[in-house]
Amino acid sequence: MKEKINFLLAGVGGQGTILASDVLVNAGLAAGYQAKQAEVHGMSQRGGSVTSHVRWGKTVFSPLIGAGEVDVLLAFEKAEALRNLNQLRHGALALINAEAILPVTVTSGGQTYPQDEQLKTAFSQITDQAVYVDGVKLAKDTGSVKAANVVLLGALSALMESSGLTGSELPVEKWLDIVSQRVPAKWVELNRKAFLAGREAVPV
Amino acid sequence: MIKMLSGNEAVARGAWEAGVVVAAAYPGTPSTEILENLARYPNIYAEWSSNEKVALDTAIGAAYAGKRAFAAMKHVGLNVAADSFMYASMTGMEAGLVIVSADDPAMHSSQNEQDNRTFAKFARIPCLEPSDSQEAKDMTIAAFGLSERFDTPVMLRLTTRICHSKSSVELGERVDPPPDGKVFPRNPAKYVMVPGNAVKRHPVIEQRMVDIALAAESFPYNRLEPGVGTLGIITAGVAYQYAKEVFPEAPVLRLGLTWPLPSQLIRKFAESVERIIIIEELDPFLEDNIHLMGIKVEGKSIFPITGELDPRVVRESSIRAGLLPVSAHVELPGIDPGPLPARPPVLCPGCPHRPTFYILNKLKVPVNGDIGCYTLGLIPPLSAIHTCGCMGASIGVAHGAVKAGSSERHVAVIGDSTFFHSGIPALVNTVYNNSAVTTIILDNRITGMTGHQENPGTGETLQGVKTTRVEIEPVVRALGIKHVQTVPAYHVEKIETVLKEYLKLDEPTVLIVQEPCALLPEARKRWTPLEVHSDKCNGCTLCFRIGCPAILKSEELDERYQRPKAIIDASLCTGCEVCAQICPRDAITFRQDSEFELA
Repeated sequence: MKEKINFLLAGVGGQGTILASDVLVNAGLAAGYQAKQAEVHGMSQRGGSVTSHVRWGKTVFSPLIGAGEVDVLLAFEKAEALRNLNQLRHGALALINAEAILPVTVTSGGQTYPQDEQLKTAFSQITDQAVYVDGVKLAKDTGSVKAANVVLLGALSALMESSGLTGSELPVEKWLDIVSQRVPAKWVELNRKAFLAGREAVPV
Repeated sequence: MIKMLSGNEAVARGAWEAGVVVAAAYPGTPSTEILENLARYPNIYAEWSSNEKVALDTAIGAAYAGKRAFAAMKHVGLNVAADSFMYASMTGMEAGLVIVSADDPAMHSSQNEQDNRTFAKFARIPCLEPSDSQEAKDMTIAAFGLSERFDTPVMLRLTTRICHSKSSVELGERVDPPPDGKVFPRNPAKYVMVPGNAVKRHPVIEQRMVDIALAAESFPYNRLEPGVGTLGIITAGVAYQYAKEVFPEAPVLRLGLTWPLPSQLIRKFAESVERIIIIEELDPFLEDNIHLMGIKVEGKSIFPITGELDPRVVRESSIRAGLLPVSAHVELPGIDPGPLPARPPVLCPGCPHRPTFYILNKLKVPVNGDIGCYTLGLIPPLSAIHTCGCMGASIGVAHGAVKAGSSERHVAVIGDSTFFHSGIPALVNTVYNNSAVTTIILDNRITGMTGHQENPGTGETLQGVKTTRVEIEPVVRALGIKHVQTVPAYHVEKIETVLKEYLKLDEPTVLIVQEPCALLPEARKRWTPLEVHSDKCNGCTLCFRIGCPAILKSEELDERYQRPKAIIDASLCTGCEVCAQICPRDAITFRQDSEFELA
């Protein structure tokens, strides 16, 4: 077990970041850590940027992570990944969903959406542990595009194992239990599949 | 049993365990989830009141009647309820009364970041500040104890990071209230605040605060945490967590009761260290009041007075003040991410408020706005909100501008829930003092911005139980307004016609624009994405001017003008047809012509 792991989840309102944070904070507890989570509700949900902080540690005081101290970034959207780049410490693990949600400043304003090359170049300067996954496509393949957040959690669980952030204290069954407890009964099977599909999708 | 709870969930649990019988609130971020959660517990009456003052009066009435009572609101809600807050302090009650003030440092969803601890001091009411979810629950219960022991309302001051952060909570059982039997008090000397009685109550409440200050010396949530070194920290609320994160070894005095203050405890702590810093968010509340005791402390000379603290802000401020070595500095990566588009919150695709703002923008009139989703009408390209201060301000501000001789016609824009909250008295005033304000009531049949809460116009209670629906148009007519019409919100031309007519009249007029919020289940049923006929579109950009997230610029250029054509993102479009109505070339389909199947 580690002394402390700081997670930042970043996305756009409606992408399922709240469920993902809930799973992550409970996974921390299941692994034997103290865990805290912080997010903001309200205006940000009207199509704006959203972030959520999750912290695992032997002792956790602050629910918020200071800038530059994020160990793991889970980005649900590409521009939001870039927006939070400087929250990361060097060498952080970054899992980035290959989805672009165009803000109105792009669709009906004059601003431009970043190209993939801009994203990858920027992240390559901070870490060699940036992984890109097409969560939406994988979720579609397992039955519902809405399970993209769970696909990403699956991918994250595998990456955390391969990078040594988690070990035997957090086997895949524990993750699956936590996910299952948080989705309606009729969607449990689909979400389990989505989680496992995410695990298969990343290089380990 | 241990559960992960947000601070709001924990406060609700605490109120239930404490045996609360009546709870009332008006929704407001970051406090909204408290009542939503409380309403799910058995043996408790919980309601959305029409505004915060009504909520607090309701709780006060229940506490007068001898039952534990509870009211919750955001920080600015306490401004609305301030009159009641003050008299409740004067009278005391027959059973415990706890009032949550959920403050919003950094203004994540608010118009200001007022620090309501000052309100507690002003009103002679004790103030408790939990530092995590466990304390949010425990201190809610403790607040009822304090309230009954000292015959005073108690303020439980939360902040956004306490309300919306989750941490582990050990659950307890409910202690049921004593069985009925109390008769409503007939004690005018205590409960009728005419001057003759009030002058006798004032010394009582002053003495009460002296007594509570004495009890504060041994209050269990005022905690001395010994440590190493000569630098001592006094802190409270979520700032305690940041203090522990940055100064894990330092001696700490953590105050759970931040008003009144335990002067002996603070003095004892001051004598045990050489230098004291105060780590608190927003106002120098502890700093100023401890300074008044003649104790030398430093606070806002080191830490910011605006915005939120976090571990980084506390650490870097401390390094600048020489409290920590420069080696403690955490260098930011400082990588240039390249150009990034802004992503402001916007009116949703299909939002029924959009057509009204499109027309207001077109008419170029000054618009006095109010608090709700529709405040987002200020964002380009709609750009049709010119003032917005607080709940219910729109109509009065428009009226004042008219009376000041403004040469333009003023429009006030207010939502349904806000109209019931505090819009009605202002509308009465436009009738009484005859001003040519056109008030638009955007009636989307729900309280939208805070996440779909019921209100007096929805016909359902907090628990989703059917109740009388208060209809807006009859209310407006009853006030004596002769020109009032309800029009469907997606009917662009109709809104424009009626508005133009009303703006010519020299008297108060009201346009009610009605359509359920596009995100409500009943509205989702009719979602059908529309399409752009690219052969008809010539890239005129008119449809971009409604600021709909579902309308995108295509990569395809119009041959003649070389302008990007419009396309519609079928995954976002709800089929509200506003774009179809304004397209001058009939290039956008209406729902009946759309090839997409009904969802």
